[in-house]
Amino acid sequence: MSSLSYRQTFALVLKRDLTIAFRHKDEMLNPLLFFIIVVTLFPLGIGPQANTLAKIAPGIIWVSALLATLLSLDRLFKADHNDGSLEQMLISPQPLFIFTLAKITAHWLLTGLPLILVAPILAALLYLPEQSYSALFLTLLLGTPVLSFMGAIGAALTVGVKKGGVLLSLIVLPLYIPVLIFATSAIDTASLNLPYNGQLAIIAALFFGSLTLAPFAVGAALKVSTN
Amino acid sequence: MWKWLHPYANPEVSYHFAGKLKPWLGLSSALLLTVGLIWALLFAPADYQQGESFRIFYIHVPSAILSMSIYLAMAIAALSSLVWQVRLADASAAALAPIGAVFTAIALLTGAAWGKPMWGTWWVWDARLTSELILLFLYLGVIALHNAFDDKQMAGKAAGILALVGVINLPIIKYSVEWWNTLHQGPTVSKLGAPAMASEMYWPFVLCFFGFALLVGAVACVRFQTEIITRNKMRPWVRNLVTSEVN
Repeated sequence: MSSLSYRQTFALVLKRDLTIAFRHKDEMLNPLLFFIIVVTLFPLGIGPQANTLAKIAPGIIWVSALLATLLSLDRLFKADHNDGSLEQMLISPQPLFIFTLAKITAHWLLTGLPLILVAPILAALLYLPEQSYSALFLTLLLGTPVLSFMGAIGAALTVGVKKGGVLLSLIVLPLYIPVLIFATSAIDTASLNLPYNGQLAIIAALFFGSLTLAPFAVGAALKVSTN
Repeated sequence: MWKWLHPYANPEVSYHFAGKLKPWLGLSSALLLTVGLIWALLFAPADYQQGESFRIFYIHVPSAILSMSIYLAMAIAALSSLVWQVRLADASAAALAPIGAVFTAIALLTGAAWGKPMWGTWWVWDARLTSELILLFLYLGVIALHNAFDDKQMAGKAAGILALVGVINLPIIKYSVEWWNTLHQGPTVSKLGAPAMASEMYWPFVLCFFGFALLVGAVACVRFQTEIITRNKMRPWVRNLVTSEVN
């Protein structure tokens, strides 16, 4: 086993997680459906006026994306924890960083990426101005991985807790606030035809910061909660 | 250099040390708060602009400062527990979290009571108010995570990791909401050197601040002792303690 390179380990874990996910397609689709349904609830609750909806569209899409990510986080380590494969990862000679990075990447591919693909359609339903589409795409592209990384810390901390779902949202949602603020502000700025590089740069900084730091926190949290 | 600290790794020694510290902290806090609050609320001059309602300042500002310092203290305790495996640091972090949450809540409530006469509204989505509210959420998250585990050791470590993640995030959240929206007045007392207020207003504040800080210390000692006892309830020294109290 120890002859595996880091890249091979990463690919192996990623492939395993994706295979498992594709064998439970409904579980994979549920967060996406949730995202679509939550977004459609807003026009029904607020009213169909195009200018109101266009104004709050970035917020609606991003808040729904946060909630959809949150919903999928509970499963990130749960199954592996239940069948004991998580412990095998913890005691394997490969660094824990690689495992957590691979698992989080798989999580993003399964939840973040579909959100990005569906978002333009939902944006059209909410009358988002045309010039904001690229900003929406870019903020989701850089922001949803941050959601996966930050959320994984919460998921790792609550994996040993019996009913950790609500607890998970309680500890993870405050950490999502910076992403939400900068992403919606970037989309708003874009709708005024102004440059939004600044907000995008900060989201990129959050992305690289969480990419490098979160896997360590996740590893430490997993060690604690598997005891 | 750190050798003098070693005896305090023993829970029993720490328990008695906190017990000895408790009355001193409590008494000096009571003294400072009595003098400070009476001076501040009855004798300090009213503000020429804000009138009498500015007196909320003497409770609002100390609790706001302490709410953040307690989070920092909790994060440092969590770090020393994770890095140097100091078991009692867990206990002190667990002891500090609810105190910090209460001070954050006091800062928010007194701030709302101050905002009503000054800004004409209980709440504004201003940067400082929002980041204080998020701080409260972070505290509640740490407390909730701590309560979710049956095993106190595990609970302490998990809550510690969350506190550390929170302390990295706190400046990011603070600056993000600051760019987002700002209405709150700038800092008055935190500037080093000459404070931006009259000395007859400033000195009661100093007394109140240290009074509240010592109060935090006293309550932290009580909670720290409780944490030590619950974690060590099977140990003979705790049993001796209890039986000697009962008899």
